[in-house]
Order: sequence, then C-alpha cells, then structure tokens
Amino acid sequence: MASLWRKLAVAVKLPQRAWILLVATAATGGRPTQSRAGNEISPPPPARVFTRPASRARAKSRREVSRLSKSLVEKYSGNNQFNPVALPLQVILSMPALAVRNLAKVYRNGHEALHGVDLTVTEGDFFALLGPNGAGKSTLIGIITSLINKTEGEVRVFGHDLDREPEAVKACLGLVPQEFNCNLFLPVVEVILNQAGYHGIPRREAGSQAEYYLRRLELWDRRGSQTRLLSGGMKRRLMIARALVHRPRLLILDEPTAGMDVEIRHIMWTFLRELNAEGTTIILTTHYLEEAESLCRHIAIIDGGRIAESVELGGLLGRLKTEAFVLDLKGRPARLPRLDGFALNPLDDHSLEVTVTKGNSLNGLFAALSRHGIEVVSLRNKRSRLEQLFLTLMEGKGAK
Amino acid sequence: MGHYRHDWIAFSTILRKEILRFSRIWVQTLLPSAISATLYLVIFGRLIGERIGPMGGFAYLDFIVPGLVLMAVLTNAYSNVVTSFYSSRFSRYVEELLVAPVPDWVILAGFVAGGVARGFMVGILVIAVALVFTRLQIHSYGVTLLVFLLTAVLFSLGGFINAVYADGFDDIAIIPTFVLTPLTYLGGVFYSLDLLPAFWQNLSLANPVLYMINAFRFGLLGVSDIPVGVAFAIILGVIVLLTLYSLHLLRHGVGIKS
Ligand SMILES: Nc1ncnc2c1ncn2[C@@H]1O[C@H](COP(=O)(O)OP(=O)(O)O)[C@@H](O)[C@H]1O
Ligand SMILES: [Mg+2]
Repeated sequence: MASLWRKLAVAVKLPQRAWILLVATAATGGRPTQSRAGNEISPPPPARVFTRPASRARAKSRREVSRLSKSLVEKYSGNNQFNPVALPLQVILSMPALAVRNLAKVYRNGHEALHGVDLTVTEGDFFALLGPNGAGKSTLIGIITSLINKTEGEVRVFGHDLDREPEAVKACLGLVPQEFNCNLFLPVVEVILNQAGYHGIPRREAGSQAEYYLRRLELWDRRGSQTRLLSGGMKRRLMIARALVHRPRLLILDEPTAGMDVEIRHIMWTFLRELNAEGTTIILTTHYLEEAESLCRHIAIIDGGRIAESVELGGLLGRLKTEAFVLDLKGRPARLPRLDGFALNPLDDHSLEVTVTKGNSLNGLFAALSRHGIEVVSLRNKRSRLEQLFLTLMEGKGAK
Repeated sequence: MGHYRHDWIAFSTILRKEILRFSRIWVQTLLPSAISATLYLVIFGRLIGERIGPMGGFAYLDFIVPGLVLMAVLTNAYSNVVTSFYSSRFSRYVEELLVAPVPDWVILAGFVAGGVARGFMVGILVIAVALVFTRLQIHSYGVTLLVFLLTAVLFSLGGFINAVYADGFDDIAIIPTFVLTPLTYLGGVFYSLDLLPAFWQNLSLANPVLYMINAFRFGLLGVSDIPVGVAFAIILGVIVLLTLYSLHLLRHGVGIKS
C-alpha cells in the first residue's frame, strides 16, 4: 500500500517524463536508443548478440507495453485530464535497471547480513553503494548476481524477476567481483572467450569482442599470459573485460579500486565514465566517498545491512555542513583566538580540533593562527568525509 | 530456437575448456593409466597369466583386457570431473558460470562430457597398449561403445557429486581410494564370478561396477557372468538417480552458493 502511494507520488511529479519513456520503450523494444561511441582503437564491436531468454522476454514485454500504451492512448487521447491510476502503470513500465525489494539475507551460521533492503537504480545511472566493511555490500551484490541465495525479498533487473527468469536477469548483468576469481592457469584471452561462450556468443564473434575490450583495457599485449602472472591492477582490468564481453546493460563492480594506486584508479574512473556515457548503467560499491563523489550521480549508504539513505549525490554533500580537522601544533599556544566560522577546541598540549563551517576556507584559518603566533606542523581530517556524512545523516534521523 | 543455440555454445565452451585442461597436463591425466595398464598386462597377463590358464573360456590375458580398459575409463572420468569441478569451486571461477545465463543442466552436461572425453581418450590408449600384447576381438560394437559411454557418464556424475561435497583436496582422493578402487577390483576385473563361493557371489551382485565390467566383457568377448539386459537396466537406473541428484545440488547451490 505504502509503495503504491510512493509510486503515485512519483507519477504525479513525472507524468511527462513517464509518457516519453513509455513511448520510447514501446518504440525501441524496452531499450532507449543509444549510440555506442566509436572508439579509435578498433571498429566498434558487433551488434548485441541474440541474448537468449532476455530477448524473448523483451519481445513479450515489448508487445505488452505497446498493447498497454495503445489502450492508454485510446482511453486518454483528446482528454488532457490527468489520471492518477493509469500513470503509475507507466512508471512501472519504464522499468528501472535494478529494483530490490525487502531483501533479507541470513547466512547459514545465523548471521543476518541484510535486513529488508530496498533499492532502485534507474537505467543509465551511475550509482554508488557506499558503506563501511561488513555493511553487506558484497552480500547484496552476490544476491543480485546469483552467487548468493537470498533468504527473502525480490530482485528485478530491467523488469525480469530473479526467481522466475534467472537467465534473463543474468544476460543483462556483468559483474566485477571484489576478489580475483579467474582460473589462475588460463591465458588471459581464454578467460574472456570462455565467458563469452557461457553467454552464448559464437566463438568468432567472441574473438573480436575479446580483442576490443582487451585492447581498450590495455591487456591485449598480455593476452597469452596466464592470469596468475598479472599485476593487481591488470587482474582487475581483466575482470572488467570479462564482465563486459557480452555487453551487459548493467555493470556491477564490487570495490573496483580497492588497493590501487592513485594513477591506476584515475585511469579506471575515466574508463567507467566513458562506459556510462555509452549507455551502460553502472553500480559500484566503495568505501571511499571520494570515489563516489567523483563518479556517481546517485548514492545509497548501507550500514549494518540496511540502506540508511538513497539520494542524489549533490544533495547529500550539501548536507555536510561542517568538517572537522585535527591540527598538530609546535609548542603549546598561550591562548586560543576566537575566530568566525571556525570552532577551536584543544585536545591536548600539542593538538587542536578545528570544526570548519562550510564556506570558510582554510587559508583564513591559517592566516589567523599565524597572526596569533600559533605554528601548525601537520593537519589531518578528524573523520573521513564518509564518517562525517554518516554522523550528519544519523543526527538528521535523531532530530526527526 | 536461439535458446538451444545458446545452450549449445555454452555447453561446447565448457567441453572445450575441459578437454584443453586435461590435454595440457597429459602427463598427469593420460599417461598414468597407460603405464599401469601396461604393467598389469605384463605382470598378470603375461607372467602370471600363463600359469593361471584359461578363465571364462579365454586366455587369462584376453579375459582381463575388458576389465582393464573399463577400469581406466571409469577412474579417469571420475577424477577428471572431481578435480576440475572442485578446482573451479576452490579458486572460485565456478562463479563465471553462475553469473552467466547457463542453465544447471548445461553446466552438468558440460562437465560430464569432459569426463567422458577423458575416459574415452584413456580407454583408447589402454586398448592400444593391449593390442601390443594380444589381438583384440570385438563381439558387438554396439554393446561395447554403449557400455563405454554409460560407464563414463555414470562415473563423471559420481565425480561431480564428490566435488560438490568436497571440503579440501584430500576429500577428492578419499572416494577413489577407499570406494572406487576396491569396487573395481572386486567387480571382477581379474576373475570370473563363478570362482567365488556362493556368499561372496551374492555380495558381489551389490557392486555396480560388476555389471559394467561384465557388460563390457560381453561387448568384447561375448561372455558375461550376468545377463546384459539386467546390467544395462542397472547402469541406466543409477545414471538417472545421479543426474537427478546432481541437478538438485546445482539448483540449491549446494557447495557453490552461500
Ligand atoms: N559466507 C558468509 N557466512 C557468514 N557470514 C558472512 C558470509 N559472508 C559475509 N558474511 C558477513 O556478512 C556481513 C556482510 O558482509 P559483506 O556483504 O561481505 O560486507 P561488505 O561487502 O559490505 O564489506 C559481514 O558481517 C560478514 O562477516
Ligand atoms: Mg565486500
């Protein structure tokens, strides 16, 4: 019931967009037209291969959508009156890339890793699932990608129900797992060719797909090496190429840049941005807020197996009103000045906590401190921005 | 339509991968059976066999050839699937299959076909070795090939189930050593059932390997301790049970999904 109201609320806000989507969906068979940008490395890979159950299911849903849209148009054409019952239907038909409802997981040892998770990711989004270690990110992803059995709840990927059409769901998904899971003794290119085969892509086509992605991820020169001989960064890129070989509509990456040096991390980010621009919906998990900030449009924060918040990133960061630093000082200051926009609080003889209100620059702080003869030796964040964000969110919850 | 094509491509990908795997490490996978078959033929067939005299109406060497071939087929089919599937669990690359739209029965069929392929290769090798010692006669090609195939399928399925439950590389050696080898030796590779006292004869009838060896011997030599029809019915029955059980394990993700 509650969810119906939510859909209604969305429908009221979005009637126009919903109509556009509905028409676009009917016209293009469930997938908005998109151009896969050409790439200078090699010609763009061949068109999508007949994705088996997905294509049948899609054809069916296409028929349903066009039937429904026709009947809706007949019913309401020439009548601009807004109908609150018909519109939620259109929203449902526009089909999010991922819809997770009330997902719960209890591991065999009795550990409850997820408690009723709800999550929606729209098509084309770049979505971050942010949370500390042990929050349940990998568990959630494992369930979506059929690696872990769920205890309760519902997962839909582009409208396909995981229980009823597991193969259609899998055809839409590409997964880059948190830990390396390729056969250590297989040459790089065979890993990709095998994965293509599991997706029903004929060998010859698979060859050109493999070359395209291995070149793009700069692994083509290592195509004959056994995977165990690759460096950490290469292993990760190999798993990305493997996840992409069937051109999934939704790519899920579990901590793709954990333990990578900064340079490789940035190369990876650029690649993922391109991929998203070419039309692939991307979900990644991370515990670096910086990563989410720099890449994603929407984020969900997961903690203790619950989604604490799922919002647009800009809005969320806006809520970070203050940031706290710890300054290590040279010598003990005689007395602390009072400064506008900065709250100073001595921690011990040599360190000082400073809470900076948003909009104040640190330059001002340092200038004022030097004026008072206070010398700063080093500076660090008191909490990571992620922790700060959690605190802000939790405060907000407490106040309600 | 595209659906069968997809399944076929996935199946042949698994099979190709399996064949490549055991071919690359042929010294570990193909050679040992050829060597032990040679030893058996030299020692039991030639040296001791000449003192034993005929068995079941044939020279002892000729009598043991079918059993030796089948022994090689079944142990290799079993160990191919158990090792390969357990490794894919251990190093987690079984996840490549789980995230892809490959139906359970295609996964099972792929691994079983891999076991059959290795059983077939080794069987051919052992037959080639046997041809050095004796002239092989084939009573019925149909029966011979069918038993060859069904035995390899049955033991591949056994290896698969073993791999699902194995918790370490030790566990994949336990069944072959403590179950498979005794059953094979007691399944009449080296003797005819009527050499045994009645009690042991009856007990032997509970050994599934006995039926396969006898059916295979019938295919090659035309003699069997057991009616061949009964042997086929039992082999097929066991295959059906093991297949259903394997599919059940896959459907619930036993050993492969938390
Ligand atoms: N196979 C398992 N059996 C029991 N508990 C598990 C298993 N896998 C993960 N957990 C527990 O579930 C919780 C969530 O884990 P995980 O999803 O891996 O978190 P994250 O990926 O966010 O770090 C953790 O407390 C972890 O210890
Ligand atoms: Mg994790």
